[in-house]
Amino acid sequence: MEAFADLLDRLVLTPSRNAKLKLLSDYFRDTPDPDRGYALAALTGALSLRGVKPAMLRALVAERVDPVLFGYSYDYVGDLAETIALVWPAKASPHPDPPPRGGREKGPSAEDFAGGSEKESGGLPPAGSGQGTPSLGAVVEALLAASRSEGPGLVERLLDSLDAPGRWALIKLVTGGLRIGVSARLAKQALADLGGKEIGEIEEVWHGLAPPYRPLFAWLEGRGARPEAAARAPFRPVMLAQPLEERDLGLVTPEAYAAEWKWDGIRVQAVNEAGTVRLYSRTGEDVAAAFPDLAAAIDIEGAIDGELLVGRAEGGRIVAGSFSELQQRLNRKSVTPKVAAAYPAFMRAYDVLVDGGEDVRALPFRDRRARLEALVARSLAGRIDLSPLVAFATVEDLAVLRGRPPEPIIEGLMLKRWDAPYEAGRPKGPWFKWKRDPHTVDAVLMYAQRGHGKRSSYYSDYTFGVWRPAEGGGEELVPVGKAYFGFTDAELAEIDRFVRKNTVNRFGPVREVVHTARDGLVLEVAFEGLQRSGRHRSGIAMRFPRIARLRWDKPPAEADRIAALEALIAG
Amino acid sequence: MMRPEDLLCPGPSGLYSPLGDFYVDPVRPVPRALVTHGHSDHARAGHQAVLATAETLKIMAVRYGADFAGATQAMPLGETIRIGEVAVTFQPAGHVLGSAQIVVEARGCRIVVSGDYKRRPDPTCASFHPVPCDVFITEATFGLPVFRHPSDAHEIGKLLASLEAFPERAHLVGAYPLGKAQRVIRLLRDAGYDRTIHIHGALEKLCRLYEKEGVALGPLAPATVETGRKAEFAGAVVVGPPSAFSDLWARRFPDPVPAFASGWMTIRQRAKQRGVELPLILSDHADWDELTATIAELGPAEVWVTHGREEALVRWCELAGIRARPLHLVGYEDEGEE
Repeated sequence: MEAFADLLDRLVLTPSRNAKLKLLSDYFRDTPDPDRGYALAALTGALSLRGVKPAMLRALVAERVDPVLFGYSYDYVGDLAETIALVWPAKASPHPDPPPRGGREKGPSAEDFAGGSEKESGGLPPAGSGQGTPSLGAVVEALLAASRSEGPGLVERLLDSLDAPGRWALIKLVTGGLRIGVSARLAKQALADLGGKEIGEIEEVWHGLAPPYRPLFAWLEGRGARPEAAARAPFRPVMLAQPLEERDLGLVTPEAYAAEWKWDGIRVQAVNEAGTVRLYSRTGEDVAAAFPDLAAAIDIEGAIDGELLVGRAEGGRIVAGSFSELQQRLNRKSVTPKVAAAYPAFMRAYDVLVDGGEDVRALPFRDRRARLEALVARSLAGRIDLSPLVAFATVEDLAVLRGRPPEPIIEGLMLKRWDAPYEAGRPKGPWFKWKRDPHTVDAVLMYAQRGHGKRSSYYSDYTFGVWRPAEGGGEELVPVGKAYFGFTDAELAEIDRFVRKNTVNRFGPVREVVHTARDGLVLEVAFEGLQRSGRHRSGIAMRFPRIARLRWDKPPAEADRIAALEALIAG
Repeated sequence: MMRPEDLLCPGPSGLYSPLGDFYVDPVRPVPRALVTHGHSDHARAGHQAVLATAETLKIMAVRYGADFAGATQAMPLGETIRIGEVAVTFQPAGHVLGSAQIVVEARGCRIVVSGDYKRRPDPTCASFHPVPCDVFITEATFGLPVFRHPSDAHEIGKLLASLEAFPERAHLVGAYPLGKAQRVIRLLRDAGYDRTIHIHGALEKLCRLYEKEGVALGPLAPATVETGRKAEFAGAVVVGPPSAFSDLWARRFPDPVPAFASGWMTIRQRAKQRGVELPLILSDHADWDELTATIAELGPAEVWVTHGREEALVRWCELAGIRARPLHLVGYEDEGEE
C-alpha cells in the first residue's frame, strides 16, 4: 500500500503531464502483480468497491478522537478524508490522545489509552507489528470480499494497519473517485510507454481485460502474448485529422479530397456485434450509460464513426441543437429519463470501420463512404443520420463556406482523401481539419498566477475581464475567462515583467495587476465559443480561450464591453 | 508559595519577570533580554543587554551585525546564574543550533520556558533536556492531532527517490535559512548523498557558521549562474529560502521540482497552494505526539501555551486533567516559514 500511497501523493501535486507519465510508468515497472493491476484499475475507474459513506468514516473516528479536537483539526485541514487520515490515532502510539469524554472518572494514563479500543484485527497485521503494512492487493481483495455489514469493521482494521498516507489512499479508494488529476487515458499512455507500444494498441485490447490485468502486464513486459480482444464489440482506435496549414491548400482539389462539415459535438464510435452494443468515446471509454437513448438506437450491425449531437426530429430529419444543449448531456455518468427526453442524443455518422461482420478499415474512403451510406439507410430507429458531403469546385469555394457555415454547431470543415484507408492515430495528409477562424475579444489583464514546471517562476496564467456598467454608475471590469497559452516565450517574458512591475495586490500565488481605464494591459483573446454559466460572475464561460496578441498600443478603456459577448451568445 | 505570575508574566513586549527585571524573547527593544534561540521572531536586535548561548549570540551577530545589542553575555548550558532574585539556567531545546529552554526559579517555584523545541534527534544541535517544573510554557506551532511528523529518514528518502526518478530536473528545496537548511543538508549527507549541494546566497553565512561550530555540511557551492550553466544544475539539489523560489532567481534551473522542507507540508492543500510538488515533512518543532508526551513526562501543575494552535493543546490538557491556559503572546510567527 505504501508505494501506491506515495504514487497518489506525488501525482496529486504534479502538474506536468510528462512527469505524471514518468511517475506512473515507474510505478507500473517497479510494482509486482497484483498490486499494480489494482492500482491501474483504481486509476482508470475500473475498480468497483462497495462504497463507504463519509458519515461512516466520521462515526468511526468519533469513537476514537475527542470531538472538540477533531473539530479543530477539520477546521484547520478543510478536507474530511485528509483530516481523518491524519488524525486517526495509531494503536501502538506510545502517547496516544485521550479518548473522547464520557464515563471517565480519573485523569487518563498511558495504560488507559492503550487499552481503550483493543479489537481483533482479523488477519491484517497492524502497523509497526513487524509484518509491514498490508499490500494494495490484500486491501482491495479484502474490500471486494467484504459484505455490507462487514464493511465498517474492515475499514476500521485497515485504517489501524496503515500509516497516514496509506490511510488517505484507502479513504480515497473506498469513498470512490481518486480525483488526483490522472485520466484513464493518461494511465493507458503510461502503460504504452512501459511496453514501448502505441496507445492505440492498449485501447484496442483494453475492453475484455479485468483487474488485476496480469496478461496485460505480461504482454507489456514481453513475457506473454498480446491479449486478444476477447470481448464482443471491442473499441477500434480512431483516426484523427491534422490542422490544414496554408502550404497544404494546393493539395485540396475535389478529385483528391472529399469535404464535410466539422461538427462540434463529441466523437463517438458505435459498435453492434451480434446484439452487443457499445458506444465508445474517442479514447475508448464506454459512454453508453450516459447516452442510453442513443445506445438503444444502434440497430445496424458493425462499427461506425461519427459525432454525437443533441437535437430534435423535425419532419423525418434530425436537426442539431446548439453546443449548450449538448452541454446538458456531458460530464454525466448516467442520465435521468427527463433529461434524456428533453435533450435527445443522436449520431451523425461519417465513417465505417466494420460493415456487418467485415473489417473495412483497409478500404479507401470512397468505398467506405458508399458502404456507410448503405448501412445508415438500414437504421430504423431514427437516431443515426449521415454527415453530408460538401460539394466544391475550388479551395476558394471552401474558404467561403468555412466562414459562413449553415449551422452554429459547425466549427469548420473536414477534408478527407478519397483514396485513404482508415488509419489509427493522426497521420499527416489523409485527413485535414480546417477550422473556422476563432472569435476574438479585447480584454484587460486583471490577475496573474504563477505557472508550473518550466513556468514555475513566471506569471503565466491570466485572468482577464471586459467592461460592464457598474452599479453605482460608470463602468467596471468583470472577469470573463482565464488563459494560459497562445503567447510566445518572448511575450511571456514581457507579460511577466508587466505583472511584477504593476502588482497592486497579492493572494498567495496570485497577483492582482493594475486595471483601470487608463492603466493596464489589453490582451486580444481568441476563443471558440461562449456559454451561459452560473458559476462565473460575468454569467459567461469561454471555450478554449488563448492569448492571440498583446495590445500594448490599446488603453484599457478601449477594451470590449460585455454586451459584445452577450450578442455572440444571442446570435 | 507565590503565584507563578510574579515570577514570569505575559506583557506587550513579551514574557517579563518582575522579580528579576528581565524579559524572555522580547519582541521590542528592552533593557535586559534572555533569548532562547536565533530565529528572528525570538531574537531581535536593539536590546541593551542580551543573555543567550554563545551559538545564539553568534547567529544574532551574523544576522544583525556585531553591534546588535549594547552588551552580550554568553550563557553556558546547564549553569545557573542569579538575576535579581531569580535563578536562571539554560538547557538544550533541540530546536536549532544554540537553542535553549530557559529555566527560571525563585521562592520555590520553577517555570520552564521551552522556546521552540523538538524531541527527535537532530544532527545539527544538542537534544532537548527535560526539566520537571511547576509551570511549563510550551510552544504549540504544530499543536493539532493532525501533525505527526514522519521520520527524517523517510522524508529524505522521498527526496533521494525523486532525484533518481527525475535525474534531468533540478530539485529546489525550500528551507528556512537558519536550522532547517543545515539540517536538510546534514541529513542528506547522513543518507550517503555526497554530491555538491548548491545553496542560495541567503544561506551562505549561516552554513559557514554551522561548519565552524562543528556541523560538517560537505561540499557546498553557491547557486549562481557564474558557477553553473542551466544544464549543470540537472539533477542537482539546490537549497534556498522558500521565498526565493517564486523569484527570478529560480529561472536559472532546468524544469525544477519545487520541494519544501516544513512541518506544514503534512497538509496537502498547503503544498498545493504554494506550488510545491515534493513536500518534505521536516520540522524543527515538536509534533502533536511530542508536545503531549513532553507535558505528560514533565508533569507540571500548570501549562501555559503560546504561539500556534493554542486552543487544541489547552483542550488536551483539560482532558488529561492538567491546568492550562493560552498566553496569547503577540509578535511570534504563527504561520511562519518554519
